[in-house]
Amino acid sequence: MTFAEVVQQSWGPMMEGLQITIQLTFLSIIFGLALGLILALGKVYGWKPLRWLCTAFIEIIRGTPLLVQIFIIYFGLPPYGIRLSPLQAAVIAFSINSAAYQAEYLRGAIQSIPSGQMQAALSMGMSAWQGVLSIILPQALRRVIPPWTNEFIYLLKYTSLAYIIGTPELMGQARFVASRNYEYFQVYVLAALIYLGIVLVFSEVFSWIERRVRIPGFDYHS
Amino acid sequence: MSKEKNVVLRMEDVHKSFGENHVLRGVSLDISQGETKILIGPSGTGKSTLLTCINMLTPPDSGKIWLLDQEITGSKKVNRLRQQIGFVFQDFSLFNHLTALGNVSIGLTKVKGLDRRKAREKALQELKQVGLEDKAASYPAQLSGGQKQRVAIARALAMDPQLILFDEPTSALDPELIGEVLAVMKNLANRGMTMLVVSHEMGFARSVADEVVFMEGGVIVEQGPPTQLFSRPQVQRTGEFLSRLSGLFGEEEEKQ
Repeated sequence: MTFAEVVQQSWGPMMEGLQITIQLTFLSIIFGLALGLILALGKVYGWKPLRWLCTAFIEIIRGTPLLVQIFIIYFGLPPYGIRLSPLQAAVIAFSINSAAYQAEYLRGAIQSIPSGQMQAALSMGMSAWQGVLSIILPQALRRVIPPWTNEFIYLLKYTSLAYIIGTPELMGQARFVASRNYEYFQVYVLAALIYLGIVLVFSEVFSWIERRVRIPGFDYHS
Repeated sequence: MSKEKNVVLRMEDVHKSFGENHVLRGVSLDISQGETKILIGPSGTGKSTLLTCINMLTPPDSGKIWLLDQEITGSKKVNRLRQQIGFVFQDFSLFNHLTALGNVSIGLTKVKGLDRRKAREKALQELKQVGLEDKAASYPAQLSGGQKQRVAIARALAMDPQLILFDEPTSALDPELIGEVLAVMKNLANRGMTMLVVSHEMGFARSVADEVVFMEGGVIVEQGPPTQLFSRPQVQRTGEFLSRLSGLFGEEEEKQ
């Protein structure tokens, strides 16, 4: 088979897989961001037990393999009455995993904002919560865009692990096609090219967003 | 001559330690309506700590502070009281992600609950007071140090405070930018704003201060009108400190 024929044959199923890959990535990065933000705020501003709890959660998630986490959620929970579809299990596992990493990026960004910003907010009568929402986060979220883009790209590629529990995402579909036409090399190269293509598109999109929200005259690196 | 004076801020025996370091060792001070007091003293004496004790950014260990008839220390409504106490920082601490206008109006919308249009109007008015209405759309990083500090003063003014605390407002500025900030402050003093200023600008103190307060080692050593304190200090340490200051900033005999 020529590469063109392989492309023609696998394009349909692979595009279906890509849709699921993107769905999986976006759901996980957004849930992960929400949970990561809570963890980061808990770790920076929380009282001691909460700080400890957030740190423990982050360390456990970062210290264990993603695949183990996926297996625990998909294969480990049904005996306890929690039965999830492969897609649900994958979204939950990726969200939790990504949250731990995003929390650390966010914490770093929050702590890089000079303490005077919060002092100024408090001294004009804002509550600490208002200070976080109106002053600290708008600046911290801008700073977190570059590492966050990294996390997005990692996650997009890590979603390929979901094929193991039978999620029909891009990698799963590639395996399915290859198992029928035996063109393993060409099918997986095609899958790799598709991953590469969307990674390039999204990193361009995020650097455009980064430029759009840049504070005029303000250099983060100084 | 005794004039009925309305005391805006009263401090009684304020103490503050950081670990072993006993920074404030019993400071008592009153500031009346419309008064400008200048706080001077060697570095590490607790001048800045005293200011942050007043708005409870650094809660004192003991002692009492009142704003008008409300006790600040031990109050549950610290946020409400802070609205009434402006604070101008040495390093400006403008909100980096907001324009000059945004910096001045954010307290009005978020804290005072004004609607956007009214907040904008008032913020523009305050920027005009400090001569920066044409910089309303500029971000802090696009302003000079002097302009930043004037925006910070406008930000404090916008909240209609009972008094404004200034923590070395000109010491982070290039010499040629100090004048514009002092001019704004002088104008405020003349318009009757109550101010407590940590500053070693002797010329400024001489021309606007009702009283100069010399602090050292966590206590007030001496206080009095600038003319008296500068020319006839009662305590030897005050004299020594002032003569070193004027050696640095003041008029020295000319080189022969």
